[in-house]
Amino acid sequence: MALDKATVARIAALARIKVPDAELDALAGDLSKILTWVEQLDAVDVAGVEPMTAVTHARPPLRDDKVTDGGIRDKILANAPETTNGFFVVPKVVE
Amino acid sequence: MSLIGLTIGQARDRLVRKEFTARELATTYIKAMEAARPLKAYLVETPDRALAAAAQSDARLQKGDGLPLDGIPVAIKDLFCTEGVETTAASKILAGFVPPYESTVTANLWRNGALMLGKVNLDEFAMGSATITSARGPTENPWRRRGDNRPLVPGGSSGGSAAAVAARAALTATGTDTGGSIRQPASFCGIVGLKPTYGRCSRWGIVAFASSLDQAGPMTRDVRDAAIMLQVMAGHDPKDATSAPVPVPNFEAAVGQSIKGMRIGIPKEYRLDGMPKEIEALWQRGIEWVKAAGATTVDISLKMTQYALATYYIIAPAEASSNLARYDGVRFGLRVPGETLEAMYENTRGQGFGAEVRRRVLIGTYVLSAGYYDAYYLKAQKVRALIARDFDEAFKSCDAMLTPTAPSAAFAIGEKMDDPIAMYLNDVFTVPVNLAGLPGISVPAGLSADGLPLGLQVIGKAFDEETVLRVAAVLEDAAKFDAVPAFVAGAA
Repeated sequence: MALDKATVARIAALARIKVPDAELDALAGDLSKILTWVEQLDAVDVAGVEPMTAVTHARPPLRDDKVTDGGIRDKILANAPETTNGFFVVPKVVE
Repeated sequence: MSLIGLTIGQARDRLVRKEFTARELATTYIKAMEAARPLKAYLVETPDRALAAAAQSDARLQKGDGLPLDGIPVAIKDLFCTEGVETTAASKILAGFVPPYESTVTANLWRNGALMLGKVNLDEFAMGSATITSARGPTENPWRRRGDNRPLVPGGSSGGSAAAVAARAALTATGTDTGGSIRQPASFCGIVGLKPTYGRCSRWGIVAFASSLDQAGPMTRDVRDAAIMLQVMAGHDPKDATSAPVPVPNFEAAVGQSIKGMRIGIPKEYRLDGMPKEIEALWQRGIEWVKAAGATTVDISLKMTQYALATYYIIAPAEASSNLARYDGVRFGLRVPGETLEAMYENTRGQGFGAEVRRRVLIGTYVLSAGYYDAYYLKAQKVRALIARDFDEAFKSCDAMLTPTAPSAAFAIGEKMDDPIAMYLNDVFTVPVNLAGLPGISVPAGLSADGLPLGLQVIGKAFDEETVLRVAAVLEDAAKFDAVPAFVAGAA
C-alpha cells in the first residue's frame, strides 16, 4: 500500500502527533515501504484460523471488586507539568 | 582474580565466606562504572544508593543471614520504573519523570539483597536493535573488530545493559525482550541473555511497548548467573493479570544437569539464503556439541518462519500505538504548549517522540484504523496463531531447539541506519519466540572472522526454562568462550 501525503497527515492527526509539512513526503515513503513489506502476509491462507489475542489460553484471574489502592493524590500529581489545587491543568476545553 | 572478574555465583559464595565485603564489591563496580563512561552505557549513576544497600548487605552477611543476591551490583535498563530515580525509556517525552513506585521485578531484586548501580541506555521505548534510537545518544559496544577502531553498536534494545555487563561495568543487568531485545544484544556483546516465558516475570512497572510480547529477563556473564537472577526476578504478581500463577522451580539446579538422551530440534527454515558462512559454521559446531553431550538432533520444520517479522511489525506497532497514547503532556513528562488541548497533545507528541517511535506509532495507528483493521491487524493475529501452532507441533518431536541468535555480528554505528527494514532483519531468529511466548537464551559460542562475539540460541517449551538452561550450560562448557572485549572497565 502506497500512502500519499494526505493519508499520512490523516494518520498523524489520529495519533495526535504533529508532523511538519516538510517531513510528510519522506515519512510517506518510509511508511509505504513498511506496509508493502508486511503485505507479504497476503500469501498466507488463514481460512478457519482463530486470531491469537494472547499467549496464554487461561482466563485472566478476577479479583474481588474492592478498593485496594488510593489516597496518594500528591504522588500522582508529582510528575505533572502543571497542577493547581490538587488537579491536573490543561488548556481550556469549554468556552 | 580481581573482584571484577567474578561471576554472581562466585561473588555470592565468597561474600558468604567473608573473603571480601559487599562494600568492597560495590566500590569496585562504582569505579568500573565511572571508568566505562566513554561507552555511554549508563544514563543515571546511583553510587550512593549502591553503597547504602551494600552496608545493609554487609550487616546481614556478618550475621550469617545473607539474602540470595546480597551485595550483587546490578544495572537496570531504563525501562523499569525505579522509585525516586529518573526513568525515561530513553525518550525525550519522559524526560524528568521520577516514578513514585517501583517495578515488581526490580523490587524483587532489592528485596533479595541486590544493589542498583544505575540506569542504563536502550533504544527509545525499546524500539530498535542497535541502541541508536535513544534520545540520549548511542551506547558503544566494548568490542571492536580486529584492526578496526570504528565504534560498533551493542545491539538493542537492551544495549546499555549488554555493554555494561560485557565491559565489566556491572556484574549483571536487567533487560526486556519484545522481539529479541535481550538475546540479540547479548549475542553482539558476548554475554548470556535469557528471555523467559511470557508471564514468568511480572510486567508491572515496566514502561510498556507491546504488552502481548514484552518480557523481562537477566543479562549475565554466564548461564548459572542467568539462573540465579531469574530465580529472584520471576514469580506470580497479582498486579499483572498476565503474570502466570505457576510455581518457580529451582533454576540453578538445572545448570550442569546432563542432556543425555535429550532431543534437540534444528529448524530447517532458519537456514537463510545469504546467511554468513561463519554463522552457519557456528550453528554446526553447536549441533556437534550437543551430540557430543549425548543428545540427539531432530530435523524440524517451522514453516511460517518467513512470515514472523512481517507479523511482528504489525502486532508490535499496533500495541505500541495504544500503549503510547498515555504520553499526552498532562500527567507526566514533556509538555509542549498549544492553543487548544488538541494542539497541546499534538505538539507534545510531535516533539517528544523520536523518528523510529513516530514511525511505529503511525504504522500501528494505520493498521488499527477503520477499514484497515481486518486486512492488517486481524490478519497478523491469525498468522501469529499459525506461528505458535508450528512451535506446538515441532515440540512434539523435540525437547528444545538450537538456532543462531542473530544473522550477523555487531555492525558499526551508522551502518543499516537509513533502511528501517534492514534493521528489522536483525531479529529474524528471535521474533518468532516472542510471538509464541516461549523462553529463549543466547549463549556466547565463538568469534567471527574479525573477532566479534556470536551467540547461539536455545528455545524451550513454555515454562520450561530449566531445559533451556541445561542445554545452554552444555553449549557454554563446550564453547569455552573466554575472549574479552577491547574495552574492559578499569583495565587501562
